[in-house]
Amino acid sequence: MATQTLIYLFVGLSFALYIGIAIASRAGSTSEFYVAGGGVNPVVNGMATAADWMSAASFISMAGIIAFSGYDGSVYLMGWTGGYVMLALLLAPYLRKFGQFTVPDFIGTRYYSKAARVVAVICLIFISFTYIAGQMRGVGIVFSRFLDVPINLGVIIGMAIVFVYAVLGGMKGVTYTQVAQYCVLIFAYMVPAFFISFLITGNPVPQLGLGSTVNDGSGLYVLQKLDLVLQDMGFAAYTSGEKSMIDVFCITAALMVGTAGLPHVIVRFFTVPKASDARKSAGWALVFIALLYTTAPAVGAFARLNFIDSVNNVEYSQVPEWFKNWESNDLIAWRDKNGDGRMQLGKGDAFQGAPLFSENRGTNGERLVSNETAENNPNEVYVDRDIMVLANPEIANLPGWVIALVAAGGLAAALSTAAGLLLVISSSISHDLLKSTFRPQITEKGELRAARLAATAAIVVAGYLGIYPPGWVAQVVAFAFGLAAASLFPAIFMGIFSKRMNREGAIAGMVTGLSFTFLYIGWFKLWSPESNVEANWLFGISPEGIGVIGMLLNFAVAIVVARFTSAPPKEIGWLVDKIRVPRA
Amino acid sequence: MSEKSPDAFETGGETSANETAYWSQNIRLLWTLMSIWFVVSFGAGILFRDFLDQFAIGGYPLGFWFAQQGAIYFFILLIVFYSVRMKQIERQYDLDD
Repeated sequence: MATQTLIYLFVGLSFALYIGIAIASRAGSTSEFYVAGGGVNPVVNGMATAADWMSAASFISMAGIIAFSGYDGSVYLMGWTGGYVMLALLLAPYLRKFGQFTVPDFIGTRYYSKAARVVAVICLIFISFTYIAGQMRGVGIVFSRFLDVPINLGVIIGMAIVFVYAVLGGMKGVTYTQVAQYCVLIFAYMVPAFFISFLITGNPVPQLGLGSTVNDGSGLYVLQKLDLVLQDMGFAAYTSGEKSMIDVFCITAALMVGTAGLPHVIVRFFTVPKASDARKSAGWALVFIALLYTTAPAVGAFARLNFIDSVNNVEYSQVPEWFKNWESNDLIAWRDKNGDGRMQLGKGDAFQGAPLFSENRGTNGERLVSNETAENNPNEVYVDRDIMVLANPEIANLPGWVIALVAAGGLAAALSTAAGLLLVISSSISHDLLKSTFRPQITEKGELRAARLAATAAIVVAGYLGIYPPGWVAQVVAFAFGLAAASLFPAIFMGIFSKRMNREGAIAGMVTGLSFTFLYIGWFKLWSPESNVEANWLFGISPEGIGVIGMLLNFAVAIVVARFTSAPPKEIGWLVDKIRVPRA
Repeated sequence: MSEKSPDAFETGGETSANETAYWSQNIRLLWTLMSIWFVVSFGAGILFRDFLDQFAIGGYPLGFWFAQQGAIYFFILLIVFYSVRMKQIERQYDLDD
């Protein structure tokens, strides 16, 4: 069967599966809509959490980023997994024992304040929309590359699918769809990784392959060879990295704490039956996530090696087919700076910015670009990092069904995360803003209808952001993690571990952490991007890592303010006692 | 602006000695495990990476291995250990769910 037919078949089947599951597990009550009735098995929930968590960024982008940044890519590997230790040990079991529906629920009740609840809702909505825009864009890209559908139509199809299972099924539908999506995405990630690891090292297990010798008779280890090859070409060694230690430290910490503070992840632990199940479930989630996260560095390293082998100093006319495929998708470009007809890789940008292709072809048949020349360097090839995972099966010459699998996997990763985000947005509106704050007399039926309406509206906004991505979307993923770290995490953490923390302290802390982080990232990413260089950063910390400082400010301000204001009422002390012990 | 806490939490009283003892044992365990968490990721993977890189596991320099593989395995072990140990502690204080 032709690869294209296989892609349609795999993607079509996976969509049919998701919709079938959604219809079978339709939500009938608000409890089912918000937390799947609170009766999800911890292993099942762990799997759903893994799919919820691993987005288009984990599946498509991460290995590519590691391939091109080597050791520096570790910030994502440690940052996006270490947060689960904080979740399992510091937050999840207590929030489950608290036993309500949303994160603002906890903050509003623990700090006996509607203002605190509304501040939490604002943080939550901002974090979730930033995140979701990227997912819808990911859906569009996979559609346009693999299914020959225009990006915008791809986004609309994605919206329709998510609409069916998130709006009908609520958390119950999303949970079981996410389990199916996890299976699709992990299979799609591992199969090509096994093949490629075996081709390069003779060991099919990628985690071991990365520590093995290359199969080329040189006797060199994979990482040794990468270091040598890259240093020859003028790059830093793969295993050493270029970021400063303090920045690596802060980015890792911001991603960890941010992960622990992301509402769509936290809320998954509200769906298991007991507090002890929340711990167990976080452990399972990390096992399922680690499968992909320990494979990604191997995929990245192999891809970099493969890419250099098949492109560097090769005549354009001799280059493999995949190179030209991605070139025609605008994601690879070559400018023959020295006129020798061969493609040279090297440090620095081949030209300024993303390629602007003209209609014309050069003397070797390559697509010409009209970009301004960059500073003087020998690098001639522009490559978008996102292609590494998607192009892997083609680079390694794998059969058509593997390529089809990767397309379905990329969609599963993006859709599962989008659905989880839509749910927390809709429940924060129907439950926290309507039921708990502005319209307490609303009936359960009315609340359920409001939740579905809010989910629908959120899908439309997300789709709009996917079709007309504001230039800032890619720039501000740092926002989601930085803000979660600086606003929600400290408020939840102190709510559990300090009985003395009161309303005034928590609100002052959240507002301080949020505004500081917002302004710092906004300044360097949106309003003054030209000043975004290390010399201007506070203590040499980049906007990606500044959430840690925001978090420390939050803690400091909250503790000082709480000391000088009255202690919380004694019912709050009882509430904290209750959530600290698992027994009901 | 004050909000009523949910009915389930209305009944209360002084924290019992049993609960206090349980909680301080939990906190001690948390300090230990979070220290290990810090050491395997921020310590071995970042702060002491250059030192550890003179050793190797197979083809992995040790610090690099912690940063891209080892820390993640340790994270899993930490959660599993905490989950099992807490269940024991909760049974011991008769506070399990």
